[in-house]
Amino acid sequence: MADLRSNFLGIKSPNPFWLASAPPTDKEYNVRRAYEAGWGGVVWKTLGEDGPPVVNVSGPRYGAIHGPDRRLLGLNNIELITDRPLEVNLREITSVKRDYPDRALVVSLMVPCEQEPWEKIIRRVEETGADGVELNFGCPHGMAERGMGSAVGQVPEYIEMVTRWVRNATRMPVIVKLTPNVTNILAPAEAAMRGGADAVSLINTINSITSVDIDTFAPEPTIDGWGAHGGYCGPAVKPIALNMVAEIARHAATAKLPISGIGGVTTWRDAVEFMMLGASNVQVCTAAMTYGFKIVQEMISGLEQYMDEKGFSSLDEIVGRAVPNVKDWNELNLNYVTKAVIDQDKCIQCGRCYAACEDTSHQAIAMSEDRVFTVKDDECVACNLCVNVCPVEECITMKELPLGAVDERTGRKVEPYLNWPQHPNNTPDNCGWDPDPAEPVQ
Amino acid sequence: MHNDQLTPGIEAGRLSADQIAENFADLHPPLNDHEALVAADRCYFCYDAPCTLACPTSIDVPLFVRQIATGTPEAAARTIFDQNILGGMCARVCPTETLCEEACVRETAEGEPVQIARLQRYATDRLMDAQPYTRAAETGRKVAVVGAGPAGLACAHRLAMKGHDVVVYDAKPKGGGLNEYGIAAYKAPDDFAQAELDWLLKIGGIRVEYGRKLGDDLTLASLQKGFDVVFLGMGLAGVNKLALDGAHPGVENAVDWIARMRQSPDKTDVPVGRNVVVIGGGMTAVDAAVQSKLLGAETVTMAYRRDRAAMAASEYEQDLAASKGVHILYNAAPKALGAGAITLARTKTSNGALVETGEEIELAADQVLLAVGQTLAGAPEILALDGGKIAVTGPGRTSVAGIWAGGDCASGGEDLTVTAVAEGRDAAEDIHAHLMGEA
Repeated sequence: MADLRSNFLGIKSPNPFWLASAPPTDKEYNVRRAYEAGWGGVVWKTLGEDGPPVVNVSGPRYGAIHGPDRRLLGLNNIELITDRPLEVNLREITSVKRDYPDRALVVSLMVPCEQEPWEKIIRRVEETGADGVELNFGCPHGMAERGMGSAVGQVPEYIEMVTRWVRNATRMPVIVKLTPNVTNILAPAEAAMRGGADAVSLINTINSITSVDIDTFAPEPTIDGWGAHGGYCGPAVKPIALNMVAEIARHAATAKLPISGIGGVTTWRDAVEFMMLGASNVQVCTAAMTYGFKIVQEMISGLEQYMDEKGFSSLDEIVGRAVPNVKDWNELNLNYVTKAVIDQDKCIQCGRCYAACEDTSHQAIAMSEDRVFTVKDDECVACNLCVNVCPVEECITMKELPLGAVDERTGRKVEPYLNWPQHPNNTPDNCGWDPDPAEPVQ
Repeated sequence: MHNDQLTPGIEAGRLSADQIAENFADLHPPLNDHEALVAADRCYFCYDAPCTLACPTSIDVPLFVRQIATGTPEAAARTIFDQNILGGMCARVCPTETLCEEACVRETAEGEPVQIARLQRYATDRLMDAQPYTRAAETGRKVAVVGAGPAGLACAHRLAMKGHDVVVYDAKPKGGGLNEYGIAAYKAPDDFAQAELDWLLKIGGIRVEYGRKLGDDLTLASLQKGFDVVFLGMGLAGVNKLALDGAHPGVENAVDWIARMRQSPDKTDVPVGRNVVVIGGGMTAVDAAVQSKLLGAETVTMAYRRDRAAMAASEYEQDLAASKGVHILYNAAPKALGAGAITLARTKTSNGALVETGEEIELAADQVLLAVGQTLAGAPEILALDGGKIAVTGPGRTSVAGIWAGGDCASGGEDLTVTAVAEGRDAAEDIHAHLMGEA
């Protein structure tokens, strides 16, 4: 039986599924129920400095993107950090941690960009018995306008500076939460490392406007006729998050930096994907907000079954396993040839593959008078679009041509690995890639 | 033989073997992978889900459906079996239209519930090779279970899991109870009841003795003496009597006819009347009527003395019967039998009482199947009864210490496979607590 126990920076939890710092973790009532439902850990919703708490809007805080059947695909929020008094949060954190010593409890923090407030709040958090802190350099709305959140996360020098203040002020594990609202995630990750962070967590939410009310001419969520950009999250952001996690995991300078993966984790499979790209654990928010805390049961049973089927006994066998396979484009094998194959037994003859290929791609699918769809191997470039638009699982698959087989499209035999730097077409005149062949990766 | 639908009397072989095989094929064939994903995708993962609340065994439906949707039907099967070890059979025979699927919020929203039963079958079919549970360390305690039907088997399995030794006694030559001898053949084809029984027994620690009926050489006193605890789940072996004027050679209790029919492997040797009249309005009546029709009876009439709203068979079952060509006659009470015919009195409900209108009809009837309810037979006298069944309180405790009961023979709950499983399981938990000195 697979062992799901997780050890992240010495913070132990019975499974790698943590709730991210967000509304679900804003108070003791929620966090206790989350633990009872099976969550391995919780990052408490971001605390601010002592004093009058922040004030949230009392109109809609969320906007959503729905798929068919109103499946929630993306969620945007304009909620700020906790609006409850610091003392109340600290008291509750102390109480919960005392009652659930086997679960992870990390406290998210965001105070003004000065040394003293950070040192002050760190001391208070240490008194609670919490397992660690997460520095919120990510929230893109509201707090950023006050010089906090992503306003820090977008300036590597600030990240380094604040991280160092915290690093020097505590022996607790320090996780730096990164904003994706940057052009290159490596700069903030390296800055966090230089500042002494034990780990990074990412991604925080993405600047967004989810929709516009076309009757009132206002962006949503709409507050008294106006709207502001908010932070986007949920299944829709997962691909962006996966890439950023992978970038950090495969970059030499940050490769050893532990990562807590965040961004649209909805099923056990999503979690495995994040972990394979280098995350040691995952944090979940939107899925819990959509389906309730109970969803963790599926994540646990799914991960268990997957690990048992693969013969993995611990999470270490998953974490980072796909990282060596993430490459730059110019390392990919240009001699790798596949062709789409349509399984006629599974085909329901909707013609979506035909529309996609005929209208927008390579005219590589034939349609007979009686609606039989077949791939023209002499036209198919294996773009995969037909696979992606087909509504039936495994109906269209890509078949790899073996070495020596003839690609009917080019008339050439399939040859061994060759990447772009090695390719004869890569000449100095041919727009600028390094003509020196890269080391083959195989 | 060259019989056909018009051959007079009660005869076998009215339809070709191929036709009969087609007629008795799976009523709800298994979902394929694509169908299962599409069906599972419709579940909303409701909070404190109405489907789960409607399930007598409290299967966590949203969780198992999500496990299917996320590509782990085996985990889904575990979720089901944790609550209901006969989840495979229940997926096939549960009247879900009055249970989980009636409660489904998509039934409310669109009149089209998530296909919970078929998804349950999709999941459970994946774990029917190896028994997924193992026994706890043996406790040395012994429990006798009377009846290898759903209640007895659910009880025995749970007790075996807890490490107790179980001996199951069943009056019939095969186990499964009504799953083997009663349920309509097209709901559990391919000998599923026996396959499930074999699978269930693989847990070990359970010995089954067939042909052992309580009351013959097997007395409750001897069981009490030989075992730490006795669980009674022998079902309802008796039938209600219906006194009718006249005589008719083709009158039979529907349960007996169905049991015989169920034991025929290909059904080509099962005699059925050209004109069949089934008396009753419950599931047994529907099963008898539909299967008569599927065997090639020319006309099948289900005569029920009350109106449609009072009928015990669900609307779904009534529609199924109608779709197979069964004519359902409401407000028609049997009155007299004659040569190849039955006379029925038309009735109506007047001031809450059922009265005859004075009008009578006569139907041609080569065969008359009586499905007017089953009764407890051979209950040991030391047990208190309640409404003609063994009186139980809580998780199946009878009036006698050390004896538990569940399933159709026990008071409370509907007479359904799924209810019997729940009662057998809950009794086992209570028995376990008792044996381990916790209750």
